[in-house]
Amino acid sequence: MLAGLVGCGPAAPSIKIDGSSTVYPLSEAVAEEFTRSGARVNVTVGQSGTGGGFKKFSALEIDLCDASRPIKPDEAKRCVAAGLDYLELVVAYDGIAIVVHPDNDWCAELSVDQLAAIWRPDGPVRRWNELDPAWPDHEIRLYGPGTDSGTFDYFTEEIVGEPRSCRPDFTASEDDNVLVTGISKDRHALGYFGFAYYEENAERLGLVGVKPTDDAAAVLPSLETIRSNAYTPLSRPLLVYVGRPVLERSVGLEFVRFYLANAGGLATEVGYVPVPTEIAEKNLQKLNRALTATVEPTPKVGASSLSEVPRS
Amino acid sequence: MSDTPRKRSLETGRRYPGSTLFGLLCGTATVLCVTALVGLLATVVAEGAPWLSTTLLTSFSSRKPELAGILGSLMGSLWLISITTLICVPIGVGAAIYLEEYAANSWWKRLVQLNIANLAGVPSIVYGILGLGLFVRTLGLGRSVLAGALTLALVVLPIVILAAQEALRAVPPSIRQASYALGATRWQTVWRQVLPAALPGVMTGVILAIARALGEAAPLVAVGAATYVAFVPYSVHDEFSALPLQIFDWASRPQEEFHGLASAAILVLLVVLVMLNAGAVYVRLKYGRRIKW
Repeated sequence: MLAGLVGCGPAAPSIKIDGSSTVYPLSEAVAEEFTRSGARVNVTVGQSGTGGGFKKFSALEIDLCDASRPIKPDEAKRCVAAGLDYLELVVAYDGIAIVVHPDNDWCAELSVDQLAAIWRPDGPVRRWNELDPAWPDHEIRLYGPGTDSGTFDYFTEEIVGEPRSCRPDFTASEDDNVLVTGISKDRHALGYFGFAYYEENAERLGLVGVKPTDDAAAVLPSLETIRSNAYTPLSRPLLVYVGRPVLERSVGLEFVRFYLANAGGLATEVGYVPVPTEIAEKNLQKLNRALTATVEPTPKVGASSLSEVPRS
Repeated sequence: MSDTPRKRSLETGRRYPGSTLFGLLCGTATVLCVTALVGLLATVVAEGAPWLSTTLLTSFSSRKPELAGILGSLMGSLWLISITTLICVPIGVGAAIYLEEYAANSWWKRLVQLNIANLAGVPSIVYGILGLGLFVRTLGLGRSVLAGALTLALVVLPIVILAAQEALRAVPPSIRQASYALGATRWQTVWRQVLPAALPGVMTGVILAIARALGEAAPLVAVGAATYVAFVPYSVHDEFSALPLQIFDWASRPQEEFHGLASAAILVLLVVLVMLNAGAVYVRLKYGRRIKW
């Protein structure tokens, strides 16, 4: 009623994205580039968290849902109940590298329990030789991202077991370059940050392998181990869930294709690990399969062209 | 410099030491408030001033700080407060006129009055949840400017009603009696005498309410406003962002540059607020001068 009274312009075509604040920088970058490419569409990106995003997704309030974990069974059930068919696309990986000074010749691997003993608020380990008597009797100087970063949230959740719970006496900086410089000048340093920043500065840093449990084998982070999830628990896939309705609008499909085509480059720019070509191809296959499923079974020529987009 | 006042104050001080102490405490409280305010403003100006530019006002948010601007959120905020004002002024002033001029002093009026006073103290996030359930979902308005403005109208309505009531109550009863004595009807009395006399007070209340609406972030987050919005809302059905949301998003980003941008956006928000308040002062001066009793 009020809606009719107050204003009635034609709503511009819009694409609504919401969900994980971890995926937000990537979706924001894609939305920004898509708008800059001249597309006449209003893209909005929110960050109400993965759970909040799925609630809105199943209430059909948003078109794409950013997620830093796969959809849970009850969330999937709610989507089914709402008649919402969706696609799950892996758009990037988030990996955290544990780093030391390049001359650190004693610490090549640490277990999750050891890391927790160093980083948790009441952590008993303050010196290197408290981890191993053979290691130097010197204080461990800690470096890590500031408390505003998603990396801090993720690291504390996986290592300490409780998000945002961490000992306060570490050198915190939101600027990863500060961390890299600090660690590369401090022989007794131990720090962590996004794997993408380690790669850029690999020659100035030493990498530490992570053992998920005390008797498991240590795994070094690399593009392969992060993508294959062998580097656990400090790597995770970043996902985007795409609702069927948005694919049935030509501008929506164009956006999803743009997302997949540009996610790789933009992922590196915002500090994530891009997906390998197999996954990128799998994403495209999933998308094409979803598209052909909506059309009449008439064979198509040049199925990838945008003018062929099926409309319901 | 003169001797007498100081001497007198010293004498009172000697006779009532508690009085001096109390005066000192109150003075300290004032100085503390002013220092905090000045310190806050100085920090914001120092951090934000380098980022004030035409780019800030003419471009949309961006992941690159040098390209980022507040066009989307500033326009969103202006849309919101315009629609909020359109909704809450007629309803709020109407309710106040009813309660002050028409309603008999019954248990019903007292109940309504009590509830309005209580509603004014309800945290705004509660209205946000109500807005999400009622406007966004039940009425199907989506995460639109209209849903946001209706929610903000709910937040500020009690403030408008209470301020308008206060202003109406300040109009002396003699004005009404004189009007009735001259044969005016109740409608003529309210519309031509009481309301114009109360207008400056009502306007002050309305401006304060709009300023409150302009600074609210929590109810808009609950309603589901996005943080990345790279367009100016074209109609009330479009999605929107708002300045407080933009500021919060930038302030919580890891990069230092965005903290400067957040401060610059705060400065813009302050300028809009000062302009609103200047409007209130103008109305008070212009209309207040004509009324003498």
